[in-house]
Amino acid sequence: MATVTYRQALRDTLRAEMLRDENVFLMGEEIGVFEGSYKITEGLLKEFGERRVRDTPIAEEGFVGAAIGAAMLGLRPVVEIMTINFSLLALDQIVNHAAKIYGMFGGQCSVPLVIRTPGGGGQQLGATHSQNVELYYSFVPGLKVVAPSTPLEASAMLKAAIRDDDPVLFLENLALYNTKGEVPDDIAEVEPAQIGRAAVTRPGTDITIIGYSRMAHVALEVAERLAADGISAEVVDLRSLRPLDRETIVASVRRTGCAVIAEDDWLTYGIGAEIAATIQEGAFDWLDAPVRRVAMAEVPLPYAKPLELAALPSADSLVTAVRDTLRATGRLSLETAR
Amino acid sequence: MAETTKATRSRRTRGAARQDTGASGAESEAAARDADAGPAGAENAQAPAGTAGGADADAETLVAYYRQMLLIRRFEERAARAYTQAKIGGYCHLNLGEEATIVGLMAALRPTDYLFTNYREHGYALAKGIDARSVMAELYGRSTGVSKGWGGSMHMFDVKTRLLGGYGIVGGQLPLATGAALAVSYKGGDEVVMCHMGDGTAAIGAFHESLNIAALWNLPVVFVVINNGLGMGTTVDRSAAEPELWRRGAAYRMESARVDGTDVLAVREAARTAVERARTESKPYLLEATSPRLRGHSVVDPARYRSAEEKEALKAADPLAAMALRLEEAGILDAEARDKLDAEVTAEIEDAAAFADDSPHPDVSTLFDYTYATPVPSELRRLPADPVFRS
Repeated sequence: MATVTYRQALRDTLRAEMLRDENVFLMGEEIGVFEGSYKITEGLLKEFGERRVRDTPIAEEGFVGAAIGAAMLGLRPVVEIMTINFSLLALDQIVNHAAKIYGMFGGQCSVPLVIRTPGGGGQQLGATHSQNVELYYSFVPGLKVVAPSTPLEASAMLKAAIRDDDPVLFLENLALYNTKGEVPDDIAEVEPAQIGRAAVTRPGTDITIIGYSRMAHVALEVAERLAADGISAEVVDLRSLRPLDRETIVASVRRTGCAVIAEDDWLTYGIGAEIAATIQEGAFDWLDAPVRRVAMAEVPLPYAKPLELAALPSADSLVTAVRDTLRATGRLSLETAR
Repeated sequence: MAETTKATRSRRTRGAARQDTGASGAESEAAARDADAGPAGAENAQAPAGTAGGADADAETLVAYYRQMLLIRRFEERAARAYTQAKIGGYCHLNLGEEATIVGLMAALRPTDYLFTNYREHGYALAKGIDARSVMAELYGRSTGVSKGWGGSMHMFDVKTRLLGGYGIVGGQLPLATGAALAVSYKGGDEVVMCHMGDGTAAIGAFHESLNIAALWNLPVVFVVINNGLGMGTTVDRSAAEPELWRRGAAYRMESARVDGTDVLAVREAARTAVERARTESKPYLLEATSPRLRGHSVVDPARYRSAEEKEALKAADPLAAMALRLEEAGILDAEARDKLDAEVTAEIEDAAAFADDSPHPDVSTLFDYTYATPVPSELRRLPADPVFRS
């Protein structure tokens, strides 16, 4: 095994998939000569040439739509959108076209497309460059949305997304690119993940913490901190936002009797709202306390650091919500849950 | 009849396409001079893709074109009737008046070439080679329809004849067609992608992004703007700062031309020039065809925004009547033969309508068949009243 960054895992997996299948090619702004705004495509233009690593003009609607059209003819484009904020310029192509073509034409044509894009705040990029709008895509039947949180999972999920015949939005996160984890020495040996499956990344008995992408990391960190206080938290990493693995969520909450959802997006109508609704429908009789959500403050994210920090969910805010929830169950003494 | 004759003659002189080779500085200057000369000058300055008048089409071909145009006309009239009988739901945009453009464009394509259209597409589906029965059955929402009843009037698709979709969102098909051309180029194929749109589409961002990308990457795609003068009820003059839409090609150094869309041969010749340039040189092309919309935006639109004079003028602009007259004058198809052809075509359309009416509706059990091509666990397959969890 080798220890690599999330960034390196993505880059090596793209390369492995391009070597494996001639129909896989890359498109996006600054992915070639510039080697990617976040250097995910470093060295790939040199190795594969302009035919397979295609710099695009700044025209998200145009190049995402072109990737859809290429996918309709059997290619497997992997499009990079510099950040998920810019995907809004391609919303019509993603929602009205990529998601609809298979169904709208009676299953005659699939769209084997991957859109890679990072979300995430906390980089002092201001209101338009710090959003987490994966919800917009997770809402739409016909799309698949995945959000791996570790290098190994990123590799396995990217392979699954590229080999899948449907359009997949592959959510990355600015804060995850430098995180490290173990992968096989030869990344080609990584088995593709199963889209539509969540994972229990840490077993526990007292409470379920549910997160994805960056917050799946924060959840593990929080579980570790709580363990020192004698609290056993189970962590569910959603990995796939559409389809959503409701069974794994509900099974966990049925075991623990309470849940906190950690999400980087806004609370109102957010991903957490769907999880909470799922829990009340699937584990109502097992709940000992109301389901809590930890989510971003409902403001356009400010630039100034103290304001940005105050608005973003953190490990501390998650710890607070967990302790509040445990207190509400009455199962633990106030002393323990303080 | 005198009006029609006059209109026909006028079209013959205007039949030649204008052309702009926006490919280099020198050529652009020529194009600019061309523009300065005004419309008449532009028409005469550069002979385009052949001339109108039918010199290079034999009688048999002309009759075949007329028959196709007639088929589209009778199909659309029948569709309008079925719509008012509530056999067809949703929106229903007709190609009435666009017949010569459609037949001319499709005559320039090989069967292996790809076509993307907008939502005004029944005639394109027919002329691309899809059986009238499948097209009508789609309008009726039946499982025998070309999109199995999932698409309706605006969303027809057929792998065999390579109609890669009618699209209901204005401009949505342009990036897709550009990408299909990218795939052709990537694979080293010699197919051409044709992408049809209305005049209103020239105002949308996807139009400009797609033309830029297609020209930048030398993609074999022919963009065809059907200029019928109206985006729903808004005239081109009220929506386009440059109402001569073909001139927009120059912004992308893309060869472009305008052709009289009521002259099937002029359209075919202009389209051949565009298609062959795309095929042999892998260069995109912007073709504008001026073509009347004989009725409202859709079946239910009475077009009150048109004056009585405008409506009267439309009658003279009918390409089908003009073609009939042309064939009669040339001694190719007399009134009797024309009536016989009409009866034949009408019977074919009636058969299509009967087939559609007799066809089964899609079974509700197929509701979840086409959400995903690759099955995944956890996909929620529930009807509105179903619980998320069944215990």
